[in-house]
Amino acid sequence: MKSPLTLEPLFHLGPVGITSPVVVSWGVVAMLGGLSALLTRRLSLIPSRSQEALELLVTTIDSQIRDTMQSDPAPFRALIGSIFLFTLASNWSSLLPGVEPPTAHIETDAAMALIVFVATIAWGIRVRGLGGYLATFAEPTWAMIPLNIVEQFTRTFSLIVRLFGNVMSGVFVIGIILTLAGLIVPIPLMALDLLTGTVQAYIFAVLASVFIGAAVGERGRPPPSGAPQGATK
Amino acid sequence: MNDLIQAVSIFSAALAVGLGAIGPGLGEGRAVASAMEAIARQPEAAGTISRTLFVGLAMIETMAIYCLVVALLVLFANPFIK
Repeated sequence: MKSPLTLEPLFHLGPVGITSPVVVSWGVVAMLGGLSALLTRRLSLIPSRSQEALELLVTTIDSQIRDTMQSDPAPFRALIGSIFLFTLASNWSSLLPGVEPPTAHIETDAAMALIVFVATIAWGIRVRGLGGYLATFAEPTWAMIPLNIVEQFTRTFSLIVRLFGNVMSGVFVIGIILTLAGLIVPIPLMALDLLTGTVQAYIFAVLASVFIGAAVGERGRPPPSGAPQGATK
Repeated sequence: MNDLIQAVSIFSAALAVGLGAIGPGLGEGRAVASAMEAIARQPEAAGTISRTLFVGLAMIETMAIYCLVVALLVLFANPFIK
């Protein structure tokens, strides 16, 4: 049985080995970029059908960010929206025959979680200043400093492992059922995989916005009643 | 000796996933039951409740996923098998 933790390079680009998840994620990026370029080429005040669908998507992402972070979504829309759309498209790329989703390999997830990690620190420093951001580590008391520092790394790690484990286990289970039972049998599990892929993409984006929202801070707003602010693990 | 380690590895991988799924399963059941109750009592808060529920379920599920990763490490990246 092939290990899900190792990868063989497909071809070499100079000294760099290119593996199949890299190729698939290039395809996903090209598809998303091409689609957005195509759909936003002729924007008008009286929207066409495709523009309406696009606006619906952007407003939905905006309202989710606003609900989670309790602030204006405009500065975070690009990052959170791209993370959501890329993860969703990657998770669903297994619908194409012969394509394995790039998120089923831990390197892709690690890259995305590192982006979130760096973005959290960058937003925190940008909004609060370096001293102000470092002071958040001493909240609620100075005794929490080691725990808060460890938390930064464990939550990034759990972000990696959560997405990797969910998508990879779906691919794995389908492979096992396919070898045991035959052609048509894994279809319900593939449908379940689509649901899992959507939920995991949503959760990755929500957690990214929760982390960034926690780093950016309240900035004098009333405390949100229902937002998952304490969610860190 | 290697054969013994492999047999123990397979057994422990099954044990890790099997036992590790019990706790998150119970926890997720409780979380979903409470969320259902809350939505039934306050249907207008369904949006907030279900968003928090999804994030919370992902947190709980992470424990089971950790067990799965440990099992995979034992099966595929075992440092004791030469």
